[in-house]
Amino acid sequence: MGALMVIFSLQKDQRRKRTDSVEDELELSAVRHRPEGLEQLEALTRFNRKELQILYRGFKNECPSGVVNEDTFKDIYSQFFPQGDASTYAHFLFNAFDTDKDGSVSFEDFVMGLSILLRGSVQEKLNWAFNLYDINKDGYITKEEMLDIMKAIYDMMGKCTYPLLKDDTPRQHVEIFFQKMDKNKDGVVTIDEFIDCCQNDENIMRSMQLFDNVI
Amino acid sequence: MAAGVAAWLPFARAAAIGWMPVANCPMPIAPRDHRKRHDELIILNVSGRRFQTWRTTLDRYPDTLLGSSEKQFFYDEETKEYFFDRDPDSFRSILNFYRTGKLHYPRYECISAYDEELTFFGIIPEIIGDCCYEEYKDRKRENAERLQDDQDDNKDCKLPNMTYRETMWRAFENPHTSTMALVFYYVTGFFIAISVLTNVIETVPCGATPSQKDMPCGERYTIAFFCMDTACVLIFTVEYLMRLFAAPSRYQFMRSVMSIIDVVAIFPYYIGLVMTDNEDVSGAFVTLRVFRVFRIFKFSRHSQGLRILGYTLKSCASELGFLLFSLTMAIIIFATVMFYAEKGSSSTKFTSIPASFWYTIVTMTTLGYGDMVPKTIAGKIFGSICSLSGVLVIALPVPVIVSNFSRIYHQNQRADKRRAQKVQKARLARIRIAQTGSSCTGFLQSKRNDLLNELLELTGSEEEEQQLNKGMSLLESQHHHLLHCLEKTTAHEFVDEQLYEQNCLETTIQSYTSRSPSFSSQDGPIGTCCTRRGKMNSPLPNSSLPLQPSHQQGSLQELSALHIQCGDKLPHTTSRSSLNMKTDDVGLINCKGSQITTAIISIPTAPSDTTDGGAPSINTTASSNVIKVSAL
Repeated sequence: MGALMVIFSLQKDQRRKRTDSVEDELELSAVRHRPEGLEQLEALTRFNRKELQILYRGFKNECPSGVVNEDTFKDIYSQFFPQGDASTYAHFLFNAFDTDKDGSVSFEDFVMGLSILLRGSVQEKLNWAFNLYDINKDGYITKEEMLDIMKAIYDMMGKCTYPLLKDDTPRQHVEIFFQKMDKNKDGVVTIDEFIDCCQNDENIMRSMQLFDNVI
Repeated sequence: MAAGVAAWLPFARAAAIGWMPVANCPMPIAPRDHRKRHDELIILNVSGRRFQTWRTTLDRYPDTLLGSSEKQFFYDEETKEYFFDRDPDSFRSILNFYRTGKLHYPRYECISAYDEELTFFGIIPEIIGDCCYEEYKDRKRENAERLQDDQDDNKDCKLPNMTYRETMWRAFENPHTSTMALVFYYVTGFFIAISVLTNVIETVPCGATPSQKDMPCGERYTIAFFCMDTACVLIFTVEYLMRLFAAPSRYQFMRSVMSIIDVVAIFPYYIGLVMTDNEDVSGAFVTLRVFRVFRIFKFSRHSQGLRILGYTLKSCASELGFLLFSLTMAIIIFATVMFYAEKGSSSTKFTSIPASFWYTIVTMTTLGYGDMVPKTIAGKIFGSICSLSGVLVIALPVPVIVSNFSRIYHQNQRADKRRAQKVQKARLARIRIAQTGSSCTGFLQSKRNDLLNELLELTGSEEEEQQLNKGMSLLESQHHHLLHCLEKTTAHEFVDEQLYEQNCLETTIQSYTSRSPSFSSQDGPIGTCCTRRGKMNSPLPNSSLPLQPSHQQGSLQELSALHIQCGDKLPHTTSRSSLNMKTDDVGLINCKGSQITTAIISIPTAPSDTTDGGAPSINTTASSNVIKVSAL
């Protein structure tokens, strides 16, 4: 009988120690983030109060802790592309939104990115796109970086496509891109070449205006 | 598309700007947002309790009552709110589903009331979150079983067309169905008891007559006991044969546990009859009598609790196994230790390690008979350690077994867990289909509708076009626009599984022919992108093309493609089209200024050379303004 009591108390101690360490871990990881006030955000971005309110409500609903980490981001983005694998592209997007490189996207990062994309000038949008493509942020888009991005985009299509996706389709697409963009044929695309070329292409100009009324 | 991510759709669309510089084709036009800009609060009055939420919250799930226009039926003009005459407590969970995207099942709620509410509001129960799903399923199963039991009780009246055999089987399985069955049930129970009692009394020493010494009753009244035994075995044999006759599946009956117990109970008697006068096997004969005790297990037909106990032991097999294993380990260790500790002492009972096993077992289970005791000091020390550890080792797995038993006893059916795993897979599949499948097929469906619209535009009938566009919410149309932009960026299109498989087949056919290296693959996405106007994937109104001529050729399946030529490049293709028109019978669909030709791609056999030559080249002409329609 006494032995049983000893056993049970030992068990309880073990459990308590284990939960303590789990709780510690939880506290470290449960980051609570509160964004700047509405006024500051209004000043920083080009959204008005109402739009910021709607955006924040949606944001907070999906991420109650106030920040998005990369996995949640990938989950959310993948839900829009059920047929393919959107995680690679989501990774690049995440890096593009996470301007302060702290591994999580807070509401400020989110809304500032959206402000550029939806309310920015064409120059700013193109700048943002360049930033997205330039994975290592060195100011040049190399063929390898572009290939990674292209593969990520094609991954989102999945495998049930018409015509069937070949293995070198992304590569061919990258070749076309470089033919168009790389004016001095030095194998990399700089920001100026990129912006110049896009501004001369009326398809691209038109498509930049496409999402202006999203919010 | 799932819940709260509807709020992230604007973000996904904004991020699509990242594809724009990469795309080579112009993007489709975005759907226009006709509604008012600002979000408004909706008041939902559920039996007097007012709930308020944003309109966009409800719009997240357009295929439910609250998310669709169906709620307009409940709109009250005077109070400007939506009135539902339902339970406000259940409505809380339903509204939370819209807010958080997760449906929870409250424990206090009655399962059928909850189900009714879900059905009323158009929500499928499979969406219940993992946290509450098991509870929901358990309750639902219990309820179903209770209903089933009620039904069975009502159904116990005799069906008109039951054969004699089925009646017997029903009587055996449910003793309450008829009086005869009940009588049979009690009679067999009585005889089992008698038989067991007889076996027991047989060994009791009866009062001795003064002349003889004490004898067990069995030897004194041999005849009487023999008659009793015979009677019992006869009854059991008859019962077994009757059950065997009545069983719907005899093979399964013979494999069941109860029937094995029956057989083991009555066999020793017959074996004993056969070999009574053989001296050598009389020892074995005595052993066989032991099996008569198995008759007591026949009681398990009469007792539900006994069956559950047996079932528990069977399902706790792993815990019992662990108990046995750890005990064995401990026994061997301590027996060895005790043997070597007591080796020195004289006239010790610990003659060998196996002999010490007995001591170890008795000590570890705290029995302590005292027939073997250690005499040396080391032996005593190790003996005490042995008894302490015995308690520990036995106490560890026992609570697990006990809790298992109580759990099984309360739930009564553990085999359902295996069924539940299949249900879990089915449930996940259903959710996946309902969410992703619908968005995918919704997208493909809308594409078909759009392209059908184009065709109808060509034929000049606009009324049907408007009919097709109804019923798609703004959210869905925006999502579809996003997917459309992705298609344009990559110059590939989403297709469903069927078409994908057909295309795979098509490419393998082409590579098999190796007649002409597939030009289409070379042309690939580059050339076809901007020159291809659109693609139709829908079956056209009269797509019942005569396929008979094609069926005569080739053994593998052919694909038939309709080509609609629009406008220019006519001379380019007329030669081929005339080639095709020669070989097959075409049904011409008259569009404004366009022609339709059919081509049949088939496996090369000699006569079909001409069509084959046409096939890959038709794919190359796909690079010109040809819209290809496949009749699925």
